[in-house]
Amino acid sequence: MLHAHDLHITFNAGTPIENRALRGLSLDIPQGQFVAVIGSNGAGKSTFLNAVSGELSLDSGVIEIDGVPVTRQPVWERAGRVARVFQDPLAGTCEDLTIEENMSLALSRGQPRGFARALDKSSRELFQERLAVLGLGLERRLSDRIGLLSGGQRQAVSLVMAALQPSRILLLDEHTAALDPKTAAFVLDLTTRIVAEHGLTTMMVTHSMRQALDVGERTVMLHEGKVVLDVSGPERKGMDVKDLLQLFEKVRGEELSDDALLLG
Amino acid sequence: MSLFSLLGALEIGLIFGLVALGVLISFRVLRFPDLTVDGSFPLGGAVAATLIAAGVNPFAATAAAVGAGAVAGFITGWLNVKLRIMDLLASILMMIALYSVNLRIMGRPNVPLINDDTVFTLSLPGMLPDYMERPLMVLLVVIVCKLLLDWFFATRQGLAMRATGSNPRMARAQGVATGRSVLGGMALSNGLVALAGALFVQSQGGADISIGIGTIVIGLAAVIVGESILPARRFFWITLAVILGALLYRIFIALALNSNFIGLQAQDLNLVTAVLVTFALVLPMIKKKLSRPARKPG
Repeated sequence: MLHAHDLHITFNAGTPIENRALRGLSLDIPQGQFVAVIGSNGAGKSTFLNAVSGELSLDSGVIEIDGVPVTRQPVWERAGRVARVFQDPLAGTCEDLTIEENMSLALSRGQPRGFARALDKSSRELFQERLAVLGLGLERRLSDRIGLLSGGQRQAVSLVMAALQPSRILLLDEHTAALDPKTAAFVLDLTTRIVAEHGLTTMMVTHSMRQALDVGERTVMLHEGKVVLDVSGPERKGMDVKDLLQLFEKVRGEELSDDALLLG
Repeated sequence: MSLFSLLGALEIGLIFGLVALGVLISFRVLRFPDLTVDGSFPLGGAVAATLIAAGVNPFAATAAAVGAGAVAGFITGWLNVKLRIMDLLASILMMIALYSVNLRIMGRPNVPLINDDTVFTLSLPGMLPDYMERPLMVLLVVIVCKLLLDWFFATRQGLAMRATGSNPRMARAQGVATGRSVLGGMALSNGLVALAGALFVQSQGGADISIGIGTIVIGLAAVIVGESILPARRFFWITLAVILGALLYRIFIALALNSNFIGLQAQDLNLVTAVLVTFALVLPMIKKKLSRPARKPG
């Protein structure tokens, strides 16, 4: 479970381009919940996600994962608890390494790496088993360079990689944004399946209001570095995109004008 | 070219094979352009020669040389990882610093090893003349180092190091302490180069402050020529390729300098190297052009 309390991050403080990205953001995600986080550009979604993963350090505030304060830990120290799928399929995998080598890296996430062989018969069998589910034939291409795969295929493999080791929180960083609609739908469907199968606590940042309502159990909207909307349960089930917009206007007293957010 | 010259070229070529393995680790695996080798090669030589001339056992001296090289590489890595100095600059700084360090260690511009015992004199059985036995012994050392590296890069730590060079952001997300990986890799790389330096001075009969100049060029030439001749995916073949690259490079140089009709002399060495490496870089492109069928207009 994730506990984020009163997070503040300001970029370029004291200069003309000062950007107060997070202004006291607080969010708690209980064990096993799937939360979709939405917000317009500059709302702080990516900043928040990068703060949880450890790529950005906080100016103030506390982040705890399963009760353990991780605020001071660098990315690689938190990695045992935090699994992540990047938005850019290129950024989330090692292009020059093979599929099985990438998966081996993911399999050792959070484990002490010694001098045991990175690849052996039993790990290969595990990888084949997990990849076969995708229905893309990748289980027969374990020794192909992952750079040969398409973006959608790489995201699918990244998702499988993220589920190879248990994690306390899975961070999905607009992971379908770089894919065409059909592939995006495939990856999204795969996401819900994998999350359900492994019971993963998940935070999915998305730019699409449609996705934010359809996927997961709870929708959180960020605006100007804070949480402004938090809907779940029966209230959320009946909601449509325009309902979400009306709720936003009511709460903020202003209209939401980000086209990509509305049309996505 | 006589057998003597050929074997001499092979001996040095194999020693450069160790340099090639070191440069493979820093330049290809870690993507760290590392000029430290211009300093760590003579460092290995200086430490080994100075200790041997002082009466220390040659094997211990060689081991000390490897340790010194590892420390030099570690410092370069540290400048980059901890002090955030750009990789190329960090390595240049170390290279410059090591010039003075090497002079200090030797105490003078060169240290001859004429009557001293070396790892060669102590281990060669003496059944064949030593210009034949020495290359064989160096070959043994190279094979052992190659196999150890092949083993290492097949382990989880080794894979983590490869990921560090390939995509450090993703590696960190998978829990790899990339800083430590760089430090370890740089130490390993320069330790190998220092080993080469230590063997070089024992084979050539002395250390000199200038033996390191152009080591990075030799290493890169070996890696590039090797990859050109033997393109490979699997590490076993990659390490073999760079060793072959070093051998080919050295033999090519020896041939070029030995052939009277071309009229090349020792001072042309760098030009010959540049031409060879350029050719090796262009070779894959030429191969591709030749294999593609000619296009007809219309």
